[in-house]
Amino acid sequence: MSILSIRNVVKKYSNHVAVDNVSFEIPKGRIFGMLGPNGAGKTSLIRMITSITRADEGEIILDGEKLNASHPMQIGYLPEERGLYKKMKVGEQLLYLARLKGLSQKEAQSKVDNWLEKFDITDWWSKKVGELSKGMQQKIQFIATVVHDPKLIILDEPFSGLDPINTNLIKDEINAMNNNGTSVIFSTHRMEQVEQICEEIVLMNQGKIILHGDVNQIKSENKENKFEIEFDGSFPSDMLADSFEIVEDTSKSLIIQVKEGHNSNDLLRGLLDRNIEIKSYREVLPTLNEIFIKKVGESNE
Amino acid sequence: MNKINLIIGREYWTRVKSKTFLLTTFLAPIAIVLIYAALIFLVTRGSDKERTIAIIDNAGLTENIDLSKNNLKFTVETISFDELVKKYDNKEIDGILELPPLDSSQNKYDIIYHSDKTLALDESGSIVSLFRKKIRNYKIEAFGINQSSLDLIDTDINIEPKTIKDTEKEISSITTTVSSVLGMIVGILLFMVILIFGSQVMRGVNEEKINRIVEVLISSVKPFELMIGKVVGIGLVGLTQFAIWAILMSVLSVGAFSLFGLDPSAMQDVTSSDVTKELMADEGVRTQIAKVVKELLALNWALIIPLYIFYFIIGYMIYASLFAAVGAAAGDDINEAQSLTTIVMLPLMAAFYIGISAAQAPDSTLSVWSSIFPLTAPVVMPIRLASSPPLWQIGLSVVTSILFVVFMIWLASRIYRIGILMYGKKASIKELGKWIFSRG
Repeated sequence: MSILSIRNVVKKYSNHVAVDNVSFEIPKGRIFGMLGPNGAGKTSLIRMITSITRADEGEIILDGEKLNASHPMQIGYLPEERGLYKKMKVGEQLLYLARLKGLSQKEAQSKVDNWLEKFDITDWWSKKVGELSKGMQQKIQFIATVVHDPKLIILDEPFSGLDPINTNLIKDEINAMNNNGTSVIFSTHRMEQVEQICEEIVLMNQGKIILHGDVNQIKSENKENKFEIEFDGSFPSDMLADSFEIVEDTSKSLIIQVKEGHNSNDLLRGLLDRNIEIKSYREVLPTLNEIFIKKVGESNE
Repeated sequence: MNKINLIIGREYWTRVKSKTFLLTTFLAPIAIVLIYAALIFLVTRGSDKERTIAIIDNAGLTENIDLSKNNLKFTVETISFDELVKKYDNKEIDGILELPPLDSSQNKYDIIYHSDKTLALDESGSIVSLFRKKIRNYKIEAFGINQSSLDLIDTDINIEPKTIKDTEKEISSITTTVSSVLGMIVGILLFMVILIFGSQVMRGVNEEKINRIVEVLISSVKPFELMIGKVVGIGLVGLTQFAIWAILMSVLSVGAFSLFGLDPSAMQDVTSSDVTKELMADEGVRTQIAKVVKELLALNWALIIPLYIFYFIIGYMIYASLFAAVGAAAGDDINEAQSLTTIVMLPLMAAFYIGISAAQAPDSTLSVWSSIFPLTAPVVMPIRLASSPPLWQIGLSVVTSILFVVFMIWLASRIYRIGILMYGKKASIKELGKWIFSRG
């Protein structure tokens, strides 16, 4: 069952196509990464999911229903371009934003209280937002995003401006909510975060999806036959020729590229035959960052 | 609807509870009343120090008249000028007033005041009025004119309007003046309200855009709801402020005047010349005033008051939504939006100037059509209302205004909805046109 189905969605602006016939499914209860360089169409797509704009073509289905007026209440959206009323008090502001999401005064009050307690910031209630530091404001912004217990949370660069401690705090909350069944869409171009957090990703470029799937699977699909070997002595030069190539040489280990027509066993066998003592041996999988750069580069050509 | 109420509530309460609102709402009327009262105080008490002025009378004007005027004490002297100067040096007198001989062939008469200190404005006034009548009487006698025939010389010409068919409607020439003044006041008030609170809407919208809270908001509510909530909320702030001002001003005026022991009508003594005083005494003028009051009461207030409110709401809504669109289209620096603001201000200024001319000529072609044209109607029609324009014109104006306000809100919300998400740059007018016709 998908929490979200994007089906043949197109969004055109006067001079360009922002989202070009995009389709994918986001399974329920997953942390889903939406990646892509600036201008790839991520924000345009998110704005359609949050009903800020409408798709020109195609349809978006949230939890089995076509997008309708009740859906914005079930989504928590933390935009990349975000902010709060600087002159409004923290408590009043959170109450207001919670009530705009359809909570009653009473519900809103108790939920806001809960969150402030959770973050141990109950004494901020009557502080003005403008008096808080940027990181503190980010925390308030996060609470505002999730205060109404949405089914789906969309976070656009949620950790920008946060220090490592607060990053972890928010990360833990995201994971906790995810464990309780909340689906999360995580949009960023910080790849190391995606690798840590996301189970599944789509990679967008120029309005199209150029990669979609499970993070581990994508990594193994994109492996380049590179192996890291730690051993004593130097690499036998007679082995290099047309079969292997040293890609990287650090003082401790070598990264070897196995060329077409050969496999890792050939590499191991060659080394064993020459009586070289191997200390460690592992396959080097590409980082998402490398895949990202490579794929975006390919699709731009 | 519930969400619009929430937005209205926030817009209203954050403003009403702000320091600026409290200051302008409560201190401004107090300041105005204090300044006004102080002004009256100064003008009526004027130069409080008593002055003694010696008069050298070469014209015989001082005979048979009461020579005391407020704080001025006059002494008619027969000693020489040099001796008076000595008295002046000894500070026995404050100045010497020299009345030259009267020449009835001149219509000018120069009284010379010798002193190193000039007379206050009200003091010169007092001296002039002291001698004016005397000189007049002197000349009447010199020319051998009969007083009663003189009274008949100045003819009071008056065009008295008389209806031909509509005998029910009784109008007098004075009504025109009264209604044009009334219209002018209403027009200026409307213009100011639209301008002040309209630009508050613009700043409020732009602030949300600069804050970047707007994207958070419109993931919960429709841009249209956000815009309407803001426009209505700020409109209510305006109404609140005016209501408080009206109450405060009246309470304070009464309070301040009794505090200073002043009678506001004392102003009249100073500002009005003796001529008005004479007029006031005239029985005819009293009946005229009674007539004005009667005319005012005879106006169809049951129609006019609701229409004032109607045009206030319509005018505010039209311009506030336009200002909201400008605030949304403007970039991060609201000052860059000058050209867009001008476009909104232009019809409003036009309405204001046409309104002023409409107060004087309520039935001119320009007045009639601009009281029907919806961009100017909210200011011009209320001005014309006091002079009872034909019902079909009011009806037409009301209908076009309602249609137009709906159209305007729609138009503004189209621009608003796209502009609010365009960060960093200000939109050109051409672009705004595209936004209006682009799909969501």
